[in-house]
Amino acid sequence: MSKKRYSEWMQQLVFTGPATVVFAIIVILPFIMGMYYSFTNWNGVSGSISFVGLDNFMALWSDQGFKSSFDFTVRFTIVAVVLTNLVGFILALLLTQGLKLRNMLRTLFFLPNVIGGLLLGFIWQFIFIKGFSAIGDLTGIPFFNLPWLGDEQTAFWGVVIVSVWNGAGYLMIIYIAALINVPKDLSEAASIDGATAWQRLRHITVPLIMPAVTICLFLALSWSFKTFDVILSLTKGGPFNSTQSVALNIYLEAFQNNRYGLGTAKALVFFVVVALITTIQVWLTKRREVHA
Amino acid sequence: METKRYTARTFTTEILAVLLVFVFLVPFYFLLSNSVKSFADILLDAAALPQAINWENYAKAWDIMKYPQAFINSLLITVFSIAGLVVISSMAAYRMVRRPTKYNSILFLMFVAAMVIPFQSIMIPLMKVASWFSLVGSLPGLWVCYLGFGSSLTIFLYHGFIKSIPLEVEEPAVVDGCTPYGVFWRIVFPLLKPMTVTIIILNSLWIWNDFLLPQLILSKPELRTIPLSTFSFFGQYTKQWDLALAALVMGVVPIVIFFLSLQRHIIEGITAGSVKG
Repeated sequence: MSKKRYSEWMQQLVFTGPATVVFAIIVILPFIMGMYYSFTNWNGVSGSISFVGLDNFMALWSDQGFKSSFDFTVRFTIVAVVLTNLVGFILALLLTQGLKLRNMLRTLFFLPNVIGGLLLGFIWQFIFIKGFSAIGDLTGIPFFNLPWLGDEQTAFWGVVIVSVWNGAGYLMIIYIAALINVPKDLSEAASIDGATAWQRLRHITVPLIMPAVTICLFLALSWSFKTFDVILSLTKGGPFNSTQSVALNIYLEAFQNNRYGLGTAKALVFFVVVALITTIQVWLTKRREVHA
Repeated sequence: METKRYTARTFTTEILAVLLVFVFLVPFYFLLSNSVKSFADILLDAAALPQAINWENYAKAWDIMKYPQAFINSLLITVFSIAGLVVISSMAAYRMVRRPTKYNSILFLMFVAAMVIPFQSIMIPLMKVASWFSLVGSLPGLWVCYLGFGSSLTIFLYHGFIKSIPLEVEEPAVVDGCTPYGVFWRIVFPLLKPMTVTIIILNSLWIWNDFLLPQLILSKPELRTIPLSTFSFFGQYTKQWDLALAALVMGVVPIVIFFLSLQRHIIEGITAGSVKG
């Protein structure tokens, strides 16, 4: 009996041990330490760390840079989530119409997604600065001759365009998988009853693919809220910090200003907001899922 | 949604989709065509096709960003991280499914809950932890970090998949006297192959392209991965577009080739990986 218990313990250790240990060290430990440090004046260098209570959180309240980075992140997230999903969904609708080239088109629309955020930002920096003006000169369309990345308005939309271009293909794949599974007879029956294409989409297709909508909204939300690499390489947060995301703000606070305590306080607020928003979104959209 | 007839309307949609894909891929045209132009030609007209192919850009960028070194670093870290993740996560997930004790349920819940923690919200204390455990400044250190950060999603995906594998497949081996470890590696693990493919794909796209974690962990130039050497390249050669674009093309090519050669699996993998809850 005791030999069996020993073997059970051994198995538990061998099977779950390695993953649990690295996970505890790399994720859980820093997470708990972060909560502690957010109440201290840690500067990353000196050994003396003292407890400062809620001072960091009070400081956040009057930190204009942090507030404006939150403001940017929220505006960006709303626009990027809606547009990425819309483009992804429209591409998916297009590719489920029985096209002959659908597999090749699917591959090509997905292609931008394999490029990592950092390289993506650098590539688009060139497109905005040199490419767009070249197209503008060629076609005379004023849109391309805007001062891209040069002022606050165009820099905001620049980041949005790059994010949509990058993310839409991924969501398209998920939407295609969902659309393929929508039973055709429902749509056909509605069509015979005189429902327009829009009505069929709105009242039959969309409700039936709500599980995919839940996933795609969740993915787009967490990508957008955590945007970092692409902004670092595309705009560096500028002009005038107008495209500085919360993630970038935290990074700069800690590793440029060496205010680790304040940085961890920001990080904690960031975590709470991300966790809350994604949980609420999943809960809300899950309630709207129906089963055919 | 299989359409039976290929109507004129389908044809119009087809043309529309093809036109759209061209617009969508215009950035690749700019990237490729300008990467072989001289600097003066880029300034003159970025939209024109190159007059002559100027491979010098590539040769210079190759040397400046120490491309072979960066490529090998990226490859090593991606391959070893994924191999490690597959081993430790599949084992942990297997145990959690087969022995759903209270402890294992709580453990699983923690792995899943941790998926909502943004990297930036724990990176600051992580640096302290990393220096305690001497993970800073070495590829093995970075490897340990990837095992930690990757385990959540990987365990979650394996967990869902193992639940669908009936216990009966293990019984003959148990009767034949196979050890629990043998049962897992000989019987169960091979059955996980479809999910393993998904996991390899999702994690390679993430680890290959990741910038911030290696940027924090690796300081020495000789350890730089492709995103890191691209970043430092841009720090030195701002607006040197002829060299920069060649560097970017070389940075993008490996992952694009990886994608194109595995695209069927990748597309299936993403679909499988996204079916959460």
